[in-house]
Amino acid sequence: MAIDIKMPALSPTMEEGTLAKWLVKEGDTVKSGDIMAEIETDKATMEFEAVDEGTVAKILVAEGTDGVKVGTVIMQLAGEGEDAGAATKDDSPKADAAADEKKADTVEDSAHPAQEKVDTGARQLFEAASHKAEVTDPAIPAGTEMVKVTVREALRDAMAEEMRADERVFVMGEEVAQYQGAYKVTQGLLDEFGDKRVIDTPITEYGFAGVGTGAAMGGLKPIVEFMTFNFAMQAIDHIINSAAKTNYMSGGQMRCPIVFRGPNGAASRVGAQHSQNYGPWYASVPGLIVIAPYDAADAKGLLKAAIRSQDPVVFLENELLYGRSFEIPKLDDWVLPIGKARIMREGKDVTIVSYSIGVGLALEAAETLAGEGIEAEVVDLRTLRPLDKQTVLKSLAKTNRLVVVEEGWPTCSIASEIAAIAMEEGFDDLDAPVLRVTNEDVPLPYAANLEKLALISTDKIVKTVKKVCYRG
Amino acid sequence: MAKAPAARSEAPAADPQKTNRERPAEPRPYEASKDELLKFYEDMLLIRRFEEKAGQLYGLGLIGGFCHLYIGQEAVAVGLQSALTEKDSVITGYRDHGHMLLCGIPPKDVMAELTGRQAGISKGKGGSMHMFSVEHKFYGGHGIVGAQVSLGAGLAFSHKYNNDGGVCLAYFGDGAANQGQVYESFNMAELWKLPIIFVIENNQYAMGTSVNRASAEDQLYRRGESFRIPGIQVDGMDVLASRGAAEEALAWVRAGKGPIILEMKTYRYRGHSMSDPAKYRSRDEVQAVRDKSDPIEHVKKLLTEGHGVKEEDFKAVEQRIRKQVAESADFAESTPEPDPAELYTDVLVEKY
Repeated sequence: MAIDIKMPALSPTMEEGTLAKWLVKEGDTVKSGDIMAEIETDKATMEFEAVDEGTVAKILVAEGTDGVKVGTVIMQLAGEGEDAGAATKDDSPKADAAADEKKADTVEDSAHPAQEKVDTGARQLFEAASHKAEVTDPAIPAGTEMVKVTVREALRDAMAEEMRADERVFVMGEEVAQYQGAYKVTQGLLDEFGDKRVIDTPITEYGFAGVGTGAAMGGLKPIVEFMTFNFAMQAIDHIINSAAKTNYMSGGQMRCPIVFRGPNGAASRVGAQHSQNYGPWYASVPGLIVIAPYDAADAKGLLKAAIRSQDPVVFLENELLYGRSFEIPKLDDWVLPIGKARIMREGKDVTIVSYSIGVGLALEAAETLAGEGIEAEVVDLRTLRPLDKQTVLKSLAKTNRLVVVEEGWPTCSIASEIAAIAMEEGFDDLDAPVLRVTNEDVPLPYAANLEKLALISTDKIVKTVKKVCYRG
Repeated sequence: MAKAPAARSEAPAADPQKTNRERPAEPRPYEASKDELLKFYEDMLLIRRFEEKAGQLYGLGLIGGFCHLYIGQEAVAVGLQSALTEKDSVITGYRDHGHMLLCGIPPKDVMAELTGRQAGISKGKGGSMHMFSVEHKFYGGHGIVGAQVSLGAGLAFSHKYNNDGGVCLAYFGDGAANQGQVYESFNMAELWKLPIIFVIENNQYAMGTSVNRASAEDQLYRRGESFRIPGIQVDGMDVLASRGAAEEALAWVRAGKGPIILEMKTYRYRGHSMSDPAKYRSRDEVQAVRDKSDPIEHVKKLLTEGHGVKEEDFKAVEQRIRKQVAESADFAESTPEPDPAELYTDVLVEKY
């Protein structure tokens, strides 16, 4: 019996990919380890190896096809002694991958069970992040043309534009240059700017964070990429002791204009050591600017502002959001102010405050709640330090109820901080206690079911909002 | 656990100087003119008297917190920094007063920082361990052991990036030499051929722990070998040896050959900080060094014997320096504390 070869999942967040190139053709014999195709994921171009021996009977997805869903049958392999021609009665290769999807779901093979779509907590975050809420940012002039770009491209464009504008700006980090970025965020920068300004470092976070900080003290404007902020714990001494405090300790003489950036928070099934949200840690430090954008427009506008700032900035991205596309204004120089929150959705009954990926869930929850007659106002903090208290308090004064949503631990969190601010400065406006929707207070587990239980979800937000509204 | 000093075998160990890689030449003692020797003498004496005064003010409660004195180690910074040009930058740890004076920062600005006054070099917000002067290319003054090594590599990176011909002189102690980030920085500095001189001021004690109780390789000049960074061991009590080593090291780095390590063997006469009773060594040990190897006495002898400088000439220098130090102390005691409003300034550069 012919073996169905399916589109593989080649990264934790991959749902679909591009079949970039076939390296075999029908009639070829392949053995285990032979490279059969090149597949482009959201992060990189991967080689797809054969695990079985046989003859290529049928290629079902033509090369160059985009959006091939994981699990789609892309070729059939005839086993030894089988007639390759009889393997399938299907027609010639189809460019329409979607047509094959159904087949992938129905055709089962003991050697190749169809990839099960595990319903994980990260998937929930991921799907909510694609939420297509209509958001109008007051900073965009009316009539501006909007283009759709991914968060990843927005970040890259922000860096490239600032590097073109200012010779002092350079990027350093692990795999930022020749590899084109571990998450492809720095893709193309080496080609444009060369190895003087796009610098691959050894795997030595403490050391290169110090080198970057020293270079900033010496008058340059470094962008230091951490492959994830989990690894920046090795470097946190320089971020805090060297970068954040020096301007103050020097009486304002010695500036440190540097951006530390990289993915932060939970990704997908990567376990406790690769999933932490460091927002609250850095936001507690005077002398730092901390930014955690949600969509592509904010990612670009705020990263450009961060690079231009004379202060040290911790710029927290989110891996699950990198591949998400959002509308972004087509302007020559799209820069947003640091320290300003944004009303993502107006409402009169309750305020939901969040940041980063939590905003996606909050918007989805607001949609559900609207169906039940609760009009929620969603505030995206965007900058965690300095925190835009006024926008939060103004919204609270309007709705009198407040829920904070944070993809992170509850203890000493941004959510705790917002609750304290509401207590100190918004007490008279509160009609109910401020409630928090956060991850569970445990290291993030690996098991799909446990991970899901540990992370925030739209359901949890909906329930909590109803609670502060004294409904249900 | 404490361990005995590493046993040295009789047969000479594989000599790093004998590899086929290019090596810097063995530095020669600097041949100083009479005027240069006098300048060395004055500079070292200024540091010593300044530090003695700081010790007194600390005892009077006018200086608070931690205060680390440079007494005994003067020849290291004086010898090395006398070879620098205006293009070069200096960075060190918290035993930083002497290096600052040699960068040309007025003693009263440093002293007023020690007493926490508005007129201090950091407006009173840094204190003894955290002082900086971008104007004088002195980049701190860092309180975290070893941080200045990575930061110094970053300064060297900026020299290279800007192609300004400058070299960074990054000082750290024998204690910091065991920090992990030092080796991360060695690796990148050599990999990228950064213009930096790593100066290990080996004063034999990391606070209370002697070098051989803390270091598996206690010949610290060899610590760069696995990164292909050459190292030279220098008598840091001899200002001419110190200056000679600086000449060789600067020639190496300025030629684009990458970083170099200078291990300066030196000794601090005082405790690690003002609050250290220094029970880990005997009075005799300290006295023996003072008697035999004092860097200031050494230069005084050279001036007396080689250049006929008379006792009254030394006295004149002494008086001038004492006056300068007394004036800076008076200033530091009398100049006002920072305005309370300064509490909130300089946290960030910009307004958001």
